[in-house]
Amino acid sequence: MTKPLDVDRKMPIVKKAVSNPYPLKESAIVKWSLITISLLYISLFLILPLISIFVTALEKGWETYVASIVHPDALAAIKLTITVALIVVPLNAVFGIAAAWLITKFTFRGKNLLVTLIDLPFAVSPVIAGLIFILLFGAQGLFGDWLFEHDIKIVFALPGIILATLFVTFPFVARELIPLMQTQGITEEEASISLGASGWKTFFYVTLPNIKWGLLYGLILCNARAIGEFGAVSVVSGHIRGETNTMPLHIEILYNEYQFTAAFAVASIMSILAILTIIIKHIASWKAKEF
Amino acid sequence: MLYLSFIVILPLSMIVVNTLSMSWGEFFETITHPRAVASYKLSFGSALAAGLINVIFGTIIAWVLIRYDFPGKKIIDGLVDLPFALPTAVAGIALTTLYAPSGWIGKFFDFKISYTPLGIVIALTFIGLPFVVRTVQPVLQNLGREVEEASASLGANRFQTFVKVILPELYPAMITGFSLAFSRSLGEYGSVVFIAGNMPMKTEITPLIIMTKLEQYDYVGATAIAVVMLVGSFIILLFINLIQWRMNRKFNY
Repeated sequence: MTKPLDVDRKMPIVKKAVSNPYPLKESAIVKWSLITISLLYISLFLILPLISIFVTALEKGWETYVASIVHPDALAAIKLTITVALIVVPLNAVFGIAAAWLITKFTFRGKNLLVTLIDLPFAVSPVIAGLIFILLFGAQGLFGDWLFEHDIKIVFALPGIILATLFVTFPFVARELIPLMQTQGITEEEASISLGASGWKTFFYVTLPNIKWGLLYGLILCNARAIGEFGAVSVVSGHIRGETNTMPLHIEILYNEYQFTAAFAVASIMSILAILTIIIKHIASWKAKEF
Repeated sequence: MLYLSFIVILPLSMIVVNTLSMSWGEFFETITHPRAVASYKLSFGSALAAGLINVIFGTIIAWVLIRYDFPGKKIIDGLVDLPFALPTAVAGIALTTLYAPSGWIGKFFDFKISYTPLGIVIALTFIGLPFVVRTVQPVLQNLGREVEEASASLGANRFQTFVKVILPELYPAMITGFSLAFSRSLGEYGSVVFIAGNMPMKTEITPLIIMTKLEQYDYVGATAIAVVMLVGSFIILLFINLIQWRMNRKFNY
């Protein structure tokens, strides 16, 4: 190797390279078998379950399908789920923006700790998330006696469901925004402030337009999780029919009572929402890339 | 900050407070109960298995989505996100029905899939797939073709290039994807309860034990098991981070 290559030794290599191009691509067999494996895997685990939801839901005809959805308990569950999402998503959006703003535009002590704490709910089992709110607000909990005296119900009622959902969906918006705002830096904000704009004005006219697609992306994931959360909500809801049953819990009850068609009918509505979520998510990430 | 402490820190600290109210003997007895021990093995084992399956197939899917063109690619790419968007309970009942002995897929197998540990692994595989694909995909996208060209021009065949040049670049992302999928699978409840069958000692996962204890108003017992889960997953994540840190040092990033 130390000897410099002379022309005679170099020639055959070049010739070989021309007749047999550098293997930069896999052979067609490898390529198509990899594609087949991927498609098969995705069909077995993702596509077939999705199709089966709709097929089972419509197995007994449209009338049964509609009847399962307009059933008072189902309607109550849909209403509760919408209420929870309407409260949880805006709250976590405001917090997510505030946290991302704080973390990316300022330097302060304990910043890394804050980032870790924001991610914490992802590492905790949903069941444990529900458990901690029982420990706080349940009858034997830390605030149990005080709440009982003042006749405030948190656990096994709407506030408990909202708190548990808040905990579980806490990181979504902040996590989406932090990397985005980090790459954008603070130069635009500095320019705005130096031109005399107030802090709020800077936020609404400079920061917010820059992050809107990332924000939408975070919101849509947060919303999907908020309406679909099962474990945490199941612990704190108390399963009172027509009162504290969210859509996923309603599906569980129907399923356990062997009302499969009804269970899958409600599930099909949630699947449609999931598909819409994916579509909006992809539009958002596509738009975000244009910036 | 106040919001964070109210929603996250205060509730989580309750776990510590409640555990401290137990005596050591009590705590030890609760967490070493045979049913609990069986559930740890099942939960950690099936999360590990599902994580490994996803690392292999998730990387293949990411590769196919980045490097190849085929009809329907955009739809497949979108579908990978389905487990993020679909409520776990919905996924749970759909997979159970599909893999049950009379289901569309289950009927092709002589052995039971739903209501066995295998069913649990399938549910966890479903949940974890997007984590691996979505962490490997951007790395693969940004990987320069130059290194592959260099490798090929030095005489490596395609397989050698893949194993010795491309794969090492992907390891960190694969490990991150694995640890995300793993920690999500470990605590997963919604999709597993339906397919597991929930037989004590056999197909009872740890989150379900916590749930059962809660239903019996055994809050202290539930907390003790929760501590084991939290500590266990913390140790494993620490271990994974350690491997990653060592690998990063080895490859001199």
